[in-house]
Amino acid sequence: MLIKLENAGIYRSDRWLVRGVSMNVAPGEIVTLIGPNGSGKSTTAKMALGVLNADEGHVHRRAGLRVSYVAQKLDVNWTLPLTVKRFLNLTNRASKSEMEVALSSTETLHIANAQMSKLSGGEFQRVLLARAILRAPDFLVLDEPVQGVDFNGEIALYKLIDDIRNRLNCGVLLISHDLHVVMSTTDRVICLNGHVCCSGTPAKVASSDEFKSLFGARAASGLALYEHKHDHEHLPDGRIQSTRDAPNSDAPNSDVGIQAADETGEAKIDA
Amino acid sequence: MLDDFFTRAVIGGIGVALVAGPLGCFIIWRRLAYFGDTLSHSALLGVALALLFELNVTFAVFAISLVVSMLLMLLQRRATLSSDALLGLLAHSALAVGLVVLAFMTWVRVDLMGFLFGDVLAITSFDLAVIWGGGVLVLGVLSRIWHPLFAATVNYELPTAEGVQPDVANVIFMTLMAAVIAVSIKIVGVLLITALLIIPAATARRFSASPEMMATIAAIVGVLSVWLGLLGSLEWDTPAGPSIVVAALGCFVLSVLPVPGMRPGLKSALKTGDRSSASAAQDRPHSSHH
Repeated sequence: MLIKLENAGIYRSDRWLVRGVSMNVAPGEIVTLIGPNGSGKSTTAKMALGVLNADEGHVHRRAGLRVSYVAQKLDVNWTLPLTVKRFLNLTNRASKSEMEVALSSTETLHIANAQMSKLSGGEFQRVLLARAILRAPDFLVLDEPVQGVDFNGEIALYKLIDDIRNRLNCGVLLISHDLHVVMSTTDRVICLNGHVCCSGTPAKVASSDEFKSLFGARAASGLALYEHKHDHEHLPDGRIQSTRDAPNSDAPNSDVGIQAADETGEAKIDA
Repeated sequence: MLDDFFTRAVIGGIGVALVAGPLGCFIIWRRLAYFGDTLSHSALLGVALALLFELNVTFAVFAISLVVSMLLMLLQRRATLSSDALLGLLAHSALAVGLVVLAFMTWVRVDLMGFLFGDVLAITSFDLAVIWGGGVLVLGVLSRIWHPLFAATVNYELPTAEGVQPDVANVIFMTLMAAVIAVSIKIVGVLLITALLIIPAATARRFSASPEMMATIAAIVGVLSVWLGLLGSLEWDTPAGPSIVVAALGCFVLSVLPVPGMRPGLKSALKTGDRSSASAAQDRPHSSHH
């Protein structure tokens, strides 16, 4: 086991950002975290990385674990003269040929000498990934790696992540911006919303007609749908209500509305 | 040669500029442009406390600067207010507390003008020894922590996650800043040291392709500003410190002007930067990949 979270939680500004998270990542395994905005996905990843210390529970990391982190927000402003090559060696000491291999694998070799502040969103993400690959990690954490990348680029990046996993046999913790669509080769999906709402494997529906009509035939190889099976719902005031033995099974319209909001991740107030 | 006050001023000013250039780059990269001001303002509190408890002034200023920088680091970690708001808060509170403490000591009179502008022309041989000895020490330490400090400047969480400890480098950097401010204030004044931190670094950005290059150019621009400023002050009988700042401003204005002949020069500068950073990468021992 590379990392193991046991009932871990982070408490900030009088509230729990996440609580009671138990999960683990094994070598060669891809775990995808999904959940609405502010549900604690990044916080959970940072806890696994040791950037944030758990206020409750335990986090175990294998000794000598080599980590690569693709952070969600990385602001390289103009005042910082930083070429792509120099950025690749931010926490590494890699040779020129190693850097070229990493850049080639994310198709960014042509911008090796460009300034980081001049890159487009997609280029930036691919450079971040190249840097992560360069470190030959045991544990790769990717926080929304496909942001700013177009749809075809997204499929390509997922394919690349899968290749890295197969080549290095590293564990991958991937945070997805999408609530329902995940990498098809994900071994496990964990849905967070302040706590673990549900977890499971993505449905093998990539070949279904419905999926094809939604995302096109080309997507079928890279993406999969994840079907949520929640036994509770999140109320607007942050309370959590069980739906298994809910007294009002004939729910009024407003409750249906809340559930819809919960599903799309909008209009959510977290506890 | 060192008997001449003007020569001492030039050598002292150049010493301060050489240290301020590289440190100033980090100040700009970290968006802490008011950090120098904050430390300088809080220095007055240090002066007041030194007089109150009969301590060495430079030591008291250093101690207060250190406390303020650590306070800033802690408050940034909490991240409820943005860095610029925190700097403003600390700067003006420390200045006000300093003035209030001074007002209680009716028997003391502090020369505020001297505090603000210092007097480069009054640099003694002992000051020169402090500036150059301390300067070599500061640059030596800075080069040792350069790699983790730069990584932490780009992003705090990334190096933390990947096992490069940014906290140690951050604390050392803050200590260096506090030391430089404490020593410089007495010799060159608040205005000059903060200007020498910010303006040469800002000037250097346009001509730099790598962080190391920017630090070097900033130091050179600083030295140039000191030289030109002091010459000007001698020629036109203007105050020395402000003349240096005006010279630095002149360099900055020249650097942002769209000079037509500038392009090829900039391009070659970019190329040299790439080559040097690439060869530096090759020189380093390879990391062990498991």
